[in-house]
Amino acid sequence: MDTDAHDRRTDTVDESRLVSALKAGNDGAFETLVRTSSPRLLGVARRFARSDEDAQDILQTAYLNAFRALRKFEGQSQLSTWLHRIVVNTALMKLRTQRLKPEESIETLLPAFRADGHHVEQLRDWSVPADALVAQAETRATVRGCIAQLPEAYRSLLLLRDIEERSTRDVAEALEITPAAVKTRLHRARQALSTLLQRRYAAMGVTSPAVAASK
Amino acid sequence: MGFGAQPRLSNKPVTCRELTDFIADYLSGETPPDSRREFERHLKICPNCVTYLRGYEETVKLGRLAFDDEEATVPDTVPDELVEAVLSARSKSNAE
Repeated sequence: MDTDAHDRRTDTVDESRLVSALKAGNDGAFETLVRTSSPRLLGVARRFARSDEDAQDILQTAYLNAFRALRKFEGQSQLSTWLHRIVVNTALMKLRTQRLKPEESIETLLPAFRADGHHVEQLRDWSVPADALVAQAETRATVRGCIAQLPEAYRSLLLLRDIEERSTRDVAEALEITPAAVKTRLHRARQALSTLLQRRYAAMGVTSPAVAASK
Repeated sequence: MGFGAQPRLSNKPVTCRELTDFIADYLSGETPPDSRREFERHLKICPNCVTYLRGYEETVKLGRLAFDDEEATVPDTVPDELVEAVLSARSKSNAE
């Protein structure tokens, strides 16, 4: 028998039992859910939070939101996917109350132009070899580190659009800003991240194989 | 800002600044055909903008790669106090 298919069926049965028990208000089911889901969901909350305390606040509020909405859960997505979305929505609500303003400091990470609209400096080609698995793990850590350096309003927007793949309209409504502002902020966030990555890889002396071959 | 979802009104050639402002629209296919043609004409004669576009695409790709391995960002443990706090908040809200 196909082991993966068997495991998936078992998971579905287990999840469906767990959801029934949760809907019936079974205390043990809630404890199982919180103990098994929390590590993954705390990881998601930490992406958006400024501190671990904030991440724990987001997670706690998200669980209470989820418990209140359980009646509406119809199993069209996996329970873990549904919870992930609630954590991100809760983080969004928190961001909205903080009314994040774009900070000046991003200007230094944006490209500079002469008065005639041309680039001020000669740009260097760069890319990151991402073949080997170990290199991929290192690359992920490096990129996450660079994303963490972005000013908060840009960092959270980049996460929502490029990583969580929320739509422009979704993010605009949630943050109470215009869709045009979402697009501009996302573009600047990517530009700033590009500068940070380029600096980082230049400092590490990494050159793309394609660039090396063309020299 | 220059062009994007709206066609450009100026007949002047696209500058690096205009192209850079609208890379996101260009990559997501939201640039009108006329503006797109001007954009591509500029890329043919400006190696600097080709380099910038390549770096921008690489950045978007790397941003997605950074979080595609969810396991790497999952903490090994969750504080017991957090689990207890969630469960006790639930009990409290049930009692109200």
